[in-house]
Amino acid sequence: MEFKDYYELMDVKRDATQDEIKRAYRKLARKYHPDVSKAADAEERFKEVGEAYEVLKDPEKRAAYDQLGANWKAGQDFNAPPDWDAGFEFSGGGYTGGFADGADAGAYSDFFESLFGQGFRSAASGGAYRQQGGFHARGSDHHAKVFIDLEDALNGATRSFSLHVPEVDAQGHVTTKERVLKVTIPRGVKQGQHIRLAGQGNPGMGEGPAGDLYLEIEFNPHSIYRVEGRDVYLDVPLTPWEAALGASIQVPTPAGPVDMKIKAGAASGNKLRLKGRGIPGKPAGDLYVILDIALPPATTEAAKTLYRDMQQRLDFNPRARLGV
Amino acid sequence: MTQRTDILSGIIIEDQQRLSLRELCEACAVHAEFITELVNEGVIEPTGIDRSHWVFSGVSLHRIRTAKRLQHDLGINLAGVALALELLDEMQQLRAQLYTLSGSEHE
Repeated sequence: MEFKDYYELMDVKRDATQDEIKRAYRKLARKYHPDVSKAADAEERFKEVGEAYEVLKDPEKRAAYDQLGANWKAGQDFNAPPDWDAGFEFSGGGYTGGFADGADAGAYSDFFESLFGQGFRSAASGGAYRQQGGFHARGSDHHAKVFIDLEDALNGATRSFSLHVPEVDAQGHVTTKERVLKVTIPRGVKQGQHIRLAGQGNPGMGEGPAGDLYLEIEFNPHSIYRVEGRDVYLDVPLTPWEAALGASIQVPTPAGPVDMKIKAGAASGNKLRLKGRGIPGKPAGDLYVILDIALPPATTEAAKTLYRDMQQRLDFNPRARLGV
Repeated sequence: MTQRTDILSGIIIEDQQRLSLRELCEACAVHAEFITELVNEGVIEPTGIDRSHWVFSGVSLHRIRTAKRLQHDLGINLAGVALALELLDEMQQLRAQLYTLSGSEHE
């Protein structure tokens, strides 16, 4: 497995004080929190920083980690030396980082698990994995994010998703199991919405019913459409003569191409609405066409002649408002 | 958990406009007190005359879960969570405008 340099991850010196480490963590946690940051790797960074803090905030774990030596480099192949933790006593403290969903059992790296996995799990008396008490309890709910294509939402579809489900065996070891689900995507589902699959969460205890599974819907980026809520946006290039003189052009819509009238004098950035041509539903969303005037390249002699002709025959100063 | 290959159908939470306090608690794995505090902060707005008749919209689910994560992960109190949620909403709107008009930033 790969060695993790927790000091480097948190961007603190090896001799940083506990206060400095705490401050660094607070700052990084705010920066990379997946609800706050839109960076693609935010969740991963947040977990890494959480793991680093889990070790460095605890003087016992930090001291144990430190005695591995400062010569290790991040990413180096690493195996915990036998009895590496002899003489250290972990009084526990349990997991604090990660997500509150109870789905965070697999959140720590193999590196972390190999060093601190057994020791403090038993010390924490399995607290992190405690299910709801009693012999008949409803299973907990699961949450997962899934990606679909815009077309799936427009037409409805059946899609397979593979989810990683952390499982705890009888000895308290955590393994991640892959679970494949085939799910009907309801027509008209929107970005950020949640689909509830009743009874597909964690099994209940005793006679308690199973929990539910919640799927959060995200759209894969589309090659030409942008989706916001139930509306769909589309950039449509126009020739200068279409924009100047008006035209009837074809534009694609998710339901197939339609004819669209462009009024004379259209400008780049103009937004035209095609009512009801967005995501279907009640009410259906709209399709917004954003015009973008494309200039023909002046690469041939004929084109250059035309541009020079315009220059001479049109009295046009686009910078008149600038006073020059 | 056995591997299932049946085709599952669910409901879209946000389209479900009537969630009870109990349903919300279960879906978000929080105590009713937490939801009450969020209502008092104005983070979510149920309809219904009093607590026992509260009816929530599906959007509340997402807000409660985000509130819970912010509180738990960043150690901010509920007033701070409420402010963060409002600022995040505003940011999301601005990002959406930027994205739909120019395509310069996704999401």
